[in-house]
Amino acid sequence: MFKKILIANRGEIACRVIKTARKMGIKTVAVYSDADRGALHVKMADEAIHIGPSPAAQSYIVIDKIMAAIKQSGAEAVHPGYGFLSENMNFAAALEAAGVAFIGPPSPAIEAMGDKITSKKLAMAAGVSTVPGHMGLIADADEAVKIAGQIGYPVMIKASAGGGGKGMRIAWNDAEAREGFQSSKNEAAASFGDDRIFIEKFVTQPRHIEIQVLADKHGNTVYLHERECSIQRRNQKVIEEAPSPFLDPETRKAMGEQACALARAVGYTSAGTVEFIVDGSRNFYFLEMNTRLQVEHPVTELITGVDLVEQMIRVAYGEKLPFQQQDLKINGWAMESRLYAEDPYRNFLPSIGRLTRYRPPVEGATPRGGIVRNDTGVFEGGEISMFYDPMIAKLCTWGPTRADAIEEMRLALDTFEVEGIGHNLPFVGAVMEHPRFQSGNITTAFIAEEYPEGFQGATLDADTLARVAASAAAMNRVAEIRRTRISGTMDNHERRVGDDWVVTLQGVEHAVKIAADHRGSDVTFADGRTIRVESAWVPGQSLAALTVDGAALVMKVGKISGGFRLRLRGADLKVHVRTPRQAELAKLMLEKLPPDTSKFLLCPMPGLVAKIMVAAGDEVQEGQALATVEAMKMENILKAERRGVVKAVKAAEGSSLKVDEVIMEFE
Amino acid sequence: MLCFPCPVPGVMLTAFEGEHAMKDILQQLEARRAVARQGGGQRRIDAQHAKGKLTARERIELLLDEGSFEEFDMFVAHRCTDFGMEADRPAGDGVVTGWGTVNGRMVYVFSQDFTVFGGSLSETHAQKICKIMDMAMQNGAPVIGLNDSGGARIQEGVASLAGYAEVFQRNVMASGVVPQISVIMGPCAGGAVYSPAMTDFIFMVKDSSYMFVTGPDVVKTVTNEVVTAEELGGASTHTKKSSVADGAFENDVEALAEVRRLVDFLPLNNRQKAPVRPFFDDPARLEASLDTLIPENPNQPYDMKELIEKLADEGDFFEIQRDFAANIITGFVRIEGQSVGVVANQPMVLAGCLDIDSSRKAARFVRFCDAFEIPILTLVDVPGFLPGVAQELGGVIKHGAKLLFAYGEATVPKVTVITRKAYGGAYDVMSSKHLRGDFNYAWPTAEIAVMGAKGATEIIHRGKSPEEIARLTKEYEDRFANPFVAAEKGFIDEVIMPHSTRRRIARAFASLRGKKLANPWKKHDNIPL
Repeated sequence: MFKKILIANRGEIACRVIKTARKMGIKTVAVYSDADRGALHVKMADEAIHIGPSPAAQSYIVIDKIMAAIKQSGAEAVHPGYGFLSENMNFAAALEAAGVAFIGPPSPAIEAMGDKITSKKLAMAAGVSTVPGHMGLIADADEAVKIAGQIGYPVMIKASAGGGGKGMRIAWNDAEAREGFQSSKNEAAASFGDDRIFIEKFVTQPRHIEIQVLADKHGNTVYLHERECSIQRRNQKVIEEAPSPFLDPETRKAMGEQACALARAVGYTSAGTVEFIVDGSRNFYFLEMNTRLQVEHPVTELITGVDLVEQMIRVAYGEKLPFQQQDLKINGWAMESRLYAEDPYRNFLPSIGRLTRYRPPVEGATPRGGIVRNDTGVFEGGEISMFYDPMIAKLCTWGPTRADAIEEMRLALDTFEVEGIGHNLPFVGAVMEHPRFQSGNITTAFIAEEYPEGFQGATLDADTLARVAASAAAMNRVAEIRRTRISGTMDNHERRVGDDWVVTLQGVEHAVKIAADHRGSDVTFADGRTIRVESAWVPGQSLAALTVDGAALVMKVGKISGGFRLRLRGADLKVHVRTPRQAELAKLMLEKLPPDTSKFLLCPMPGLVAKIMVAAGDEVQEGQALATVEAMKMENILKAERRGVVKAVKAAEGSSLKVDEVIMEFE
Repeated sequence: MLCFPCPVPGVMLTAFEGEHAMKDILQQLEARRAVARQGGGQRRIDAQHAKGKLTARERIELLLDEGSFEEFDMFVAHRCTDFGMEADRPAGDGVVTGWGTVNGRMVYVFSQDFTVFGGSLSETHAQKICKIMDMAMQNGAPVIGLNDSGGARIQEGVASLAGYAEVFQRNVMASGVVPQISVIMGPCAGGAVYSPAMTDFIFMVKDSSYMFVTGPDVVKTVTNEVVTAEELGGASTHTKKSSVADGAFENDVEALAEVRRLVDFLPLNNRQKAPVRPFFDDPARLEASLDTLIPENPNQPYDMKELIEKLADEGDFFEIQRDFAANIITGFVRIEGQSVGVVANQPMVLAGCLDIDSSRKAARFVRFCDAFEIPILTLVDVPGFLPGVAQELGGVIKHGAKLLFAYGEATVPKVTVITRKAYGGAYDVMSSKHLRGDFNYAWPTAEIAVMGAKGATEIIHRGKSPEEIARLTKEYEDRFANPFVAAEKGFIDEVIMPHSTRRRIARAFASLRGKKLANPWKKHDNIPL
């Protein structure tokens, strides 16, 4: 086996590879940029080599710098992780030339799968089901309309070099096809400098389901079943699971066998993923093959028990796969939530900064018989940098059934503490609560359909709210009793904490009576329902693990005046606990409306005002660009939400603003 | 048979002898109380409620422990006979006074009743306030004033002014003896402002309170300035610009809940130690994340509040003057259950420098802590005093000296942690060893120096070439930009790991529980006001 490998990556995937290498007794070499000087992967590796400035273009994806680090460290092999150089055939070729093993596929396979048109041709030749479409280049709009008619509407018009939704149009008729062709072409030329366009069938009720394959250098190719990655936001996967709740064994087998056929056809070795789009009738069509380890590979590991990174290393070393297709069974169900430093309440804008608190759930077996796994590259006190992917962690859970895996995920998410930056924990929490997600009836349009207005927090059902109210009442009692134990009270005239309380949450008042014993509290509601709350929670703990009527309930607890801020299951609740008299008086308070900000353009994220495009007195139209704010090296164009006249520009170009600072005011 | 007029028009109360009589007497008391509790009557109570404001008695209910309020002088009525006032003598005279408990600890309270003559202050109204202030001083308990008053009772003329002055004199005498807290819950104008002004803390209710010496109308007449009451004296003005108020809250309920929270941090009087309550936070808790709090780039800011919250018991921090001079942070935390006052430079604002406003803000806070035996924790990251014409012309010398003076005279336990910069005179000011600091810690990232490396090098090596200056700056940094030069001289007691700061300061304060230190006898000092 290799003595030492270098990981040409950073973040969670570098850490994940290091873990397996360490398990196998292989020494590891990390590489790092300026921004990653104190990063977790640097701390975990046996050696670390500095490779340049923070931007990836000057460090992680500079082949020469990685080659120099390999030479300096004497590493015998390189794991590329995902992204960066993982699918760069020049890198694979450079390693080959230097006699260093690439823990990935051979460079011809990377090349063959790297181009959408080439890979589709290869797939068709290998007998893989592909989306009906026109492979050749399309000369003009007339030809586009003709081809679309042959394929049958709806069709998708796509840029050959495209990705991330750019240069993509859907057409339902001839007019749309004509128009879509032209705009795709223009956009492709502008975005990629390559205006080649192709047309294919647009799949309805689409699901994204992919097959994990693994091949050794001795002609053995197997598939490790599927992952369903339909929960996507703007083509970015958010939640993945394995197996898919949609596939039947026949479809699974057919997809797996076709994926293996494609891998064999291109001489594939190592781990790879064949992505399919599956329609509502379980017709599946090849999308593309990813010639690397996927972000979401842990769910496959959890249901198959195979350490994919270990197998990649063994294959690279020349070993044979230790199993055959019939050995690979699906065991239980696994879920993955990708935690990103993106603020779901602000349209998922990236949020960078210091992780003032980062406490993931405990990994390993859970009391309910499940498994929690958290792949991460950050730590409390670390920084989410503007230079790289804003991923915080990949939280995975396993359970015997899909429902179990979801329940484990709900608890794990509720236990996960991340503070200091905006993050999507509430959003993934809300998806886990969503009945449609729970039913498994999902498509790639799930998020767009279920959250058309963006995300405003989850709404909890009445039963959960009652359990939260009972918990808050019990917790408040503990806090109130502690308050009475202060020094300097008048002997024999101490304050006695009463049993009657009013819990207000989401505008609803719950009058409760608490009967406490040494183990917990019975909280009785006005309708006679009694909820039993048991917990070892004490004031100041930011996480409350409670047993409510025998079921586990975990909440993040914050302080607000006269109550708690409780976060659970995607909801962010302000809960007040008052005596009946206090509650009566609190009702007399006037509701204060938040200030009307519609007359202002507010800075949506911390950043630098790069450009102000209008001046006071200008009339602006809806959608007109007003200013650009630079954040995370991205120029964010702020547009007018409606027609209006600029009254005053409050921020100067070059000034750095905080969130919600006023940039300009309208009349 | 005795007869006397009842405040309820058209009812005569009568009392008979015998058993019947006794029952009636008790009923009379209840009837009289009921009338007194009505204050200015239901119509005015409704008007108060319509404004989102509570009545004087409702506010007391929220401030004090349930059922703990004992009212004094419920039946006091004014003695004015001018302008037909003798015909209208409501019981209580526009202020509710008495005592009760906050989490079982005694406090005295007065609460002005806007429904009675607009809460205006008469001679007897003032006497009621003075009575509870005298008792508070004698018995050693805080005074909490809930202000909601139109001002002086004009009908009483100079008697009303005299009443104010009687209260003022007591505010002065009580200062430093018992904590005094003012909550402005309605108008507070003219002479009325000076009683709160002399108390330890002023809190305001947003949108329903204002304070000014002369109102918008007078301002318009005299200076021709057009200004609203809110702009002139609202909560925002006084918490952000004038620094008259120490905090503002959304409404009456929140304000009174937060005052209860503050009272839990304060001793009842200057003869007691700061209060202690059970805590659920390990004093030896390590915070690994503090090791990365200081950014690698010395010019990059970080949030000092994170440090405060990670050092405090349960992350609980009651901030004073949050919205004013944010380059310095002041407020209360608990360490091992005991109150500690925190003063900390905030690198996020003006690089944490000292200036006129921040010096005044911190000086007053330090003196409060010292007066009431509350230990002081000082967290230092200060690049110096803010340079500038406005600062010098504004008298930064005298204002900066206030903080220096306050730290120098303070005899309470003083623990200081230098996290990063401690430059120049500002190093001396921020509770340095030389100002009788008890424990002066530094993080390894501390730079204790007369000024930044570049500035110092440019002065020492004046006239050298830029290349040489760069080289010499590097030399200076290596030699002086660390805590060890100061540690070698004993100005720093110990260089500590950031992650163990909570454990260190908890032990330090524990070791200082028996501290005895007295200043020489003097009538009083002469702090540069």
